[in-house]
Amino acid sequence: MRLNLKIWRQAGPAATGHLEDYTADNVSPDMSFLEMLDVVNEGLARLGKDAIAFDSDCREGICGMCSLVVNGVPHGPDRGTTVCQLHMRRFKDGDTITIEPWRALAFPIVKDLVVDRGAFDRIIAAGGFVSVNCGGAPDGNTLPISKEIAEQAMDSAACIGCGACVAACKNASAHLFMSAKISHLALLPQGQVERHHRVMAMIDQADVEGFGSCSNEGECEAVCPKEIPISNIARMTREYVRALLVAGK
Amino acid sequence: MAITLDPKVPSGPIAEKWDRHKFAMKLVNPANKRKYTIIVVGTGLAGASAAASLGELGYNVLNFCIQDSPRRAHSIAAQGGINAAKNYQNDGDSVYRLFYDTVKGGDYRSREANVYRLAQLSVNIIDQCVAQGVPFAREYGGLLDNRSFGGAQVSRTFYARGQTGQQLLLGAYQSLMRQVQQKAVRLFPRREMLDVVLVDGKARGIVIRNLMTGAIEKYAGDAVILATGGYGTAYYLSTNAVNSNVTAAWRAHKRGALFANPCFTQIHPTCIPVSGPHQSKLTLMSESLRNDGRVWVPKNKGDRRPPDQIPEDERDYYLERKYPSFGNLVPRDVASRNAKQACDDGRGVGESGLAVYLDFKDAIGRIGVDSIKEKYGNLFQMYQKITDEDPYKVPMRIYPAMHYAMGGLWVDYNLMSTIPGLHVLGEANFSDHGANRLGASALMQGLADGYFVIPYTIGDYLAANPLPKLTIEHDAFKEAADNVQKRIDTLLSVKGAKTIRSIHRELGAVLWDDVGMSRNEAGLRRALERIPKLRDDFWHNVSVPGTPDNLNQSLEYAGRVADYLEFAELLTLDALNRRESCGGHFREESQTPENEALRDDANYSYAAAWEFKGVGKAPELHKEPLVFDEVHLTQRSYK
Ligand SMILES: Cc1cc2nc3c(=O)[nH]c(=O)nc-3n(C[C@H](O)[C@H](O)[C@H](O)COP(=O)(O)OP(=O)(O)OC[C@H]3O[C@@H](n4cnc5c(N)ncnc54)[C@H](O)[C@@H]3O)c2cc1C
Ligand code: FES
Repeated sequence: MRLNLKIWRQAGPAATGHLEDYTADNVSPDMSFLEMLDVVNEGLARLGKDAIAFDSDCREGICGMCSLVVNGVPHGPDRGTTVCQLHMRRFKDGDTITIEPWRALAFPIVKDLVVDRGAFDRIIAAGGFVSVNCGGAPDGNTLPISKEIAEQAMDSAACIGCGACVAACKNASAHLFMSAKISHLALLPQGQVERHHRVMAMIDQADVEGFGSCSNEGECEAVCPKEIPISNIARMTREYVRALLVAGK
Repeated sequence: MAITLDPKVPSGPIAEKWDRHKFAMKLVNPANKRKYTIIVVGTGLAGASAAASLGELGYNVLNFCIQDSPRRAHSIAAQGGINAAKNYQNDGDSVYRLFYDTVKGGDYRSREANVYRLAQLSVNIIDQCVAQGVPFAREYGGLLDNRSFGGAQVSRTFYARGQTGQQLLLGAYQSLMRQVQQKAVRLFPRREMLDVVLVDGKARGIVIRNLMTGAIEKYAGDAVILATGGYGTAYYLSTNAVNSNVTAAWRAHKRGALFANPCFTQIHPTCIPVSGPHQSKLTLMSESLRNDGRVWVPKNKGDRRPPDQIPEDERDYYLERKYPSFGNLVPRDVASRNAKQACDDGRGVGESGLAVYLDFKDAIGRIGVDSIKEKYGNLFQMYQKITDEDPYKVPMRIYPAMHYAMGGLWVDYNLMSTIPGLHVLGEANFSDHGANRLGASALMQGLADGYFVIPYTIGDYLAANPLPKLTIEHDAFKEAADNVQKRIDTLLSVKGAKTIRSIHRELGAVLWDDVGMSRNEAGLRRALERIPKLRDDFWHNVSVPGTPDNLNQSLEYAGRVADYLEFAELLTLDALNRRESCGGHFREESQTPENEALRDDANYSYAAAWEFKGVGKAPELHKEPLVFDEVHLTQRSYK
C-alpha cells in the first residue's frame, strides 16, 4: 500500500505547528499503525531529517502512552482500540491519513505529536488513592467482596489514563477519566473512608488544571479504548452531590 | 578497589533468617529520616512500591522515570498474575512449597535465603494490595480467587483478569502519588538516568537527561536505588515495552557494580509469532492460557491442512505426552524448547512454520464460551486485533519470544550492589529466579523488594554509614555530567547513513540465532566476533538526526542501542563460560538423552558476577558459590 500522510509537526511547546505531507510506501496490512510511522521515521533518518516525535511504550494497548488523533478521531477508527493496536489492514491503498496530537489546554504539546499529561497525575495525587501505609494490612480474605462488585470495580479500574476522552471532548473535560477512578474506589469497601474527600479533591484539581465541564455528549465513551461507559460519570456526579450534602455545603 | 562478593546471608535456620536480620539491623530515628535523600530510579512495581514506602517512612525521596507518567512503566503490561503462598485453596501450599518450587523452577541457580524471604513476604503483598483497593478476581462467596501457573501443582496465583500488572502497578502508583501530594516524594518523569555518581566509592547521586528539554541534570542523595527493569529488548524483538533498556544498569556496571548471570534470559513459550520485518515488538499471550489451552502440532511433518481438518489421532499434544504430571503447565523454558524442537522437526504450523497451536476447543466445550471470555477476554481480543483471526473459533498460533531477564546487577541479601549505597530492585537485579523464573513470580519479587525489603535494609545502610553532606557542586558530578555530554555529542556527530533501528535489528538477530533458546560453542564464538563488528559499524555509520536541546527520541534510542552493543558481548561471554545447561540457558553440549537441560553442579553451582574492565576488554569473573542447605539438588523433572 501507498499512503498519503498529513502529520502535525511542531518544534517545541512555544513554536507554531503545521500539517506536513509525507508518503508511506510499501505499507503491509499486517503492520501496526505505529510500525508504519517507524518506517516513515527510518526514511527520514536516512535523509538525516529529524524524526516525527510520537509516544508509545507497551504497544499492546495497556500503558496508555500512545496518543494520536487519526483522521480526527483519538486512537483512530476502531472501537475499543488504542492506536498502537490499530493495524494497517484497516486502510486502503491511496488513502490520505491526517495524524495530530491530543489537543486540550491541560495537555500542552511538547513536540510534534507528544503532549504533557502531567495534569492526570496531579488529579490522582489530589485524592485518587486509599490512604494505607505499607505494613499492617489485615489478611486479604478478612474482607469478602461480592464477585459482582469486584467485577464492576475492575471494569472502571481498567482505565489506562491515555487521555483520549479529553481529546475527544469539545469541552476538554476529564470527567470520564476521573469518574473511572472514583467509581473503582467508591464501589469497594476499601474506598469508603475517604469517599467524600476524594471526589471533591479530584474535581477541584481538574478545575485548577484547566479541564472543562461535562455536557453529556458521550464522545469520550465512543473513543475510550477500554470502552469505559459514561455511567461512571453519573456515579461521580452522585458521589459529588452526596459529598456536598455531607460537607453541608 | 578490590571487589569482595559477600552475599551477607544472615545466620540461623532458613525460616528465621529474615526475622533475625530485621532485629539485627540498625534503625534510623523517625525524626532523622527526613534528613536523608534517597534517589529511586524507576516507577515500575519495584520502583513505585519502594518510593511510596520510603516516602511513608519519612525519607526525602526523588523518583525518576522515562515515561510521561509513573503509571506507564513496563510493569503495567503484566497479564497473568502474582503468586503468594496463602494456601486459600487448601491444596497443600505453604511458604516452604513456594520456596521449594521457585528454587527448583530456577534450576538450582538462585540464592536460597533470598528465595525463602520472597516466599515469606508473598503473603503480605496480597494483603497490602487488597487494602489499597486492587480489584483482584473473587469467587462467588466474595473470597479471593486463584489460578494455576507453570511449574506448580497448587493454585496460588492471584489475578485481576488479564491485567494483573496494571492493577498492581496502579495500586503502587496511587500510593506513590499520595506521597507526592504530601511532598515526601518528588517526581521526575521523562528523565533518563545516564550515569551514577560515586563519591569516596559510594553511590551519592545520578546524572540524567531531561527528555523534554535535553538538559543534563544532576541530583545528589545519600543512597541510590535502581529499579529500572530488564534487558529483554537487547534481542530487538521481545515482549517488553519498547523503551525498556539496560542503560541504567549498564552505566552502573561501568562504575563498578558487578553484573550477574546475564546469560540467564527467559524465552516465553506463548507469544504471537512474528509476521514480517516491520515488526517492532512481540505480544505475549499470558501463561495463564495454558490452564485451559492445549498445545499441539500435527504428528506428520509438513502437514499444511487447516487445524480443523486435522483429526484428533493425527495431532501431537506433545507437552501432555512427554510430561504427564505437569502437562501444558510445564515451566517456560521446557515449553519453549519443546516448541522449537517441534518446529525444527518440520511440524510447525502457520505460513512460516514457526508456530504451534494453543487450542481452546476442549475448554470451550467443557466450561462454555462465556467462562473463557470472562477469564481471558482481553487476551483473546488482543490476539484478534493483531492477527485478524478469531481464537474462539480457530486455535491460536504461538511461538516463543524473548521475555524476561533473570540476570541483572549482583546484589547481596540487602539488595545492595557491589557499589556501596547503590541498591537494585525488581527485574534489574539477579537475585531470586536463578536460571528460570516461574510465571507470576516477577510481580511478587518486584513488590517484595519495594514494599517489604528495601524499607528495612536501606535504613540499616544509612544508620551504619555516616555520610558527609555534599551537593551537586562536588567534582564527581561534573566529571559524570561531562562524560554523559561527551557521549551525546559523539552520537550526534557520526552522521552516517544507517538507521539505529536497522543496527538494533541486526544485533537482535545475532542474539536470537546464536544466544537464544539453544546455544553452542561455535555459535557463541560466532556471536562474539559479530557483536564488536556491529558496534564498530554503529559508531561509524549510524544516523542520529535532530539536536540535543529538545525532545529527541532518536537520540534516546541511539544511546540505548549503543549500550546494548556493549552489553550483548557480556551476555554472550557469560553464555560461553557456562558450559552447562540450566533453566533458560540451554547449551547443546550438555543435555540428557531425552534432550532435557543437564546441569553440571560440580563445576557451575555459582552465580557468575562480572567486573567491567573496559569496552571490548575481557571482564573479570567473580564467583558467588551457591550453597543449598534446604533443597536437595536433583535433575529437574516435570514428567
Ligand atoms: C507482556 C508481559 C507480561 C508479564 N506478565 C507477568 C505476570 O503475569 N506475572 C509476573 O509475575 N510477571 C510478569 N511479567 C514480568 C514483569 O512484568 C516484570 O518483570 C516486572 O514488571 C518488572 O518490574 P520492574 O519494576 O522491575 O521494572 P519495570 O516495570 O520495567 O520498570 C522500569 C522502570 O524504570 C524506568 N527506567 C528504566 N530505565 C531508566 C533510566 N535509564 N532512567 C530512568 N528511568 C528508567 C522506567 O521508566 C520504569 O519506570 C510480564 C512481562 C511482560 C513483558
Ligand atoms: S503504546 Fe501502550 S497503550 Fe499504546
